[in-house]
Amino acid sequence: MRRELPWPLNLYQSAVGKKWVMALTGLALLGFVLVHMLGNLHLYDGPWETHEYAETLRDLGTEVIPRTWVLWGLRIGLIAAFGLHIHSAYSLTRMSRSADRRYAGGRDYIAANYASRTMRWTGPLVGLFVVYHLADLTWGHFNPDYIRGDPYHNVVASLSNLPVAIWYIVANVALAVHIYHGAWSMFQSLGINSPRWNPLRRRLAQAFATVILVGNLSFPILVQAGVIDDGGRSVVRERLEQADHAAGQTPGPTGGML
Amino acid sequence: MSATGNGTLNLRLRVWRQDGPGDAGRFETYDVGGISSDASFLEMLDVLNERLTLEGREPITFESDCREGICGTCGLMINGRAHGPQKGTATCQLHMREFSDGDLITVEPWRAGSFEVIRDLAVDRTALDRIIAAGGYISVNTGAAPDANLVPVPKEAAESAFDAAACIGCGACVAACPNSAAQLFTAAKVQHLNLLPQGQPERWARTEAMVETMEQFFGSCTNHGECEEACPKEISIDFIAWTNRDYVRAKLKNRKLAGQR
Repeated sequence: MRRELPWPLNLYQSAVGKKWVMALTGLALLGFVLVHMLGNLHLYDGPWETHEYAETLRDLGTEVIPRTWVLWGLRIGLIAAFGLHIHSAYSLTRMSRSADRRYAGGRDYIAANYASRTMRWTGPLVGLFVVYHLADLTWGHFNPDYIRGDPYHNVVASLSNLPVAIWYIVANVALAVHIYHGAWSMFQSLGINSPRWNPLRRRLAQAFATVILVGNLSFPILVQAGVIDDGGRSVVRERLEQADHAAGQTPGPTGGML
Repeated sequence: MSATGNGTLNLRLRVWRQDGPGDAGRFETYDVGGISSDASFLEMLDVLNERLTLEGREPITFESDCREGICGTCGLMINGRAHGPQKGTATCQLHMREFSDGDLITVEPWRAGSFEVIRDLAVDRTALDRIIAAGGYISVNTGAAPDANLVPVPKEAAESAFDAAACIGCGACVAACPNSAAQLFTAAKVQHLNLLPQGQPERWARTEAMVETMEQFFGSCTNHGECEEACPKEISIDFIAWTNRDYVRAKLKNRKLAGQR
């Protein structure tokens, strides 16, 4: 046996403790996924409003601490949650794989559903997608038309490409399937169980997965349908250039912001 | 044998045969005719074994004891389901009327890393005993019997504890679990004591010790719920949630109690 670490680190040495960590980090990630989807709804307001929303996120907490510090705090928390979620899943999967033996004559599933049995596939798929998504829309690696500071333009430029739109749709279906089991499983892992509320847990997971699915799928579908479109222009860049021109400046500090 | 029966069945059985723990094992097929639909699954295997013995062949090794669903000794994977197709019963309570004439029935032992096959359909379930030995008891001073009703127990707690205590330790939960986790067994054995006043003094030590012993032998729960469906006593996975909560509380409490372990 390994030496026991001091509390609360010793919780992470047990499988039940790791499931707690998986559930709590899962909860944080659910919160992120919901806020991210709701924030993206600014795409329906238009390019400038989407840009302003992105700037609002960078401006969080500027009354107290320097600009983007709050955003970076949230990002670091998110990365930590992702890391622990993946590590606990990896180590528990290894534990179960070594404990399990297959049935030579096959087996029948009664309660386990498609979502619960594919967690170990939908999880890595979503993880890969997150890396692609960051490279695509945050770092601009895959997109020759990428313009820093104009998220609306970048979303249209990426998702108007059909294979990219299909990849976004597949990944978001995987995410919703993952949430369908995860958001229910979370309650069991944390021991949140009361006969009075138990039926609500499954329904809450279903509702959450559905809301995320509908919201997130609407973006690639509506870009493909031409509803979300900027005709290849960058409305944000044009407006900022006009503002600079009116102020009698050649591309100055605001241009640097892009 | 079947005065009230609704006929006899002719079946084809595909049974796992394994000569010992080291043997690779294989399926063997047997045609079994004239089985009463009133026979239990184990009685059907008895009939087959008698024929095998008369033919001078090695009978199939399987475990059973009470044959009325209360001892937990029997347990077979029948057509990919722990204890067969009928819900809420052990293999001994499964009757052949659940099958149709001409059926092919696949019979396998429980499969888990910690359940080594001893021979054919019999597996070693010592790991479950290790979990009980870690804390599945209460310590009492023996002596004169205490007065009846000296310790009041709320009715709800008594009923809930009894639901958990219905566990017969057959191992179907482990067999049915895609992770080979023993969460339902352990949770039932932890909670039937943790829910009662008599179980309180050792509650936190018990929870920690039993969960950690379980984790040495079995996989990690992913909340599929297969165990609840397979359980011949229909024990709820609610007990697993309560044990998850008790475990994290135990780690904190035991730290304060300093070395209760």
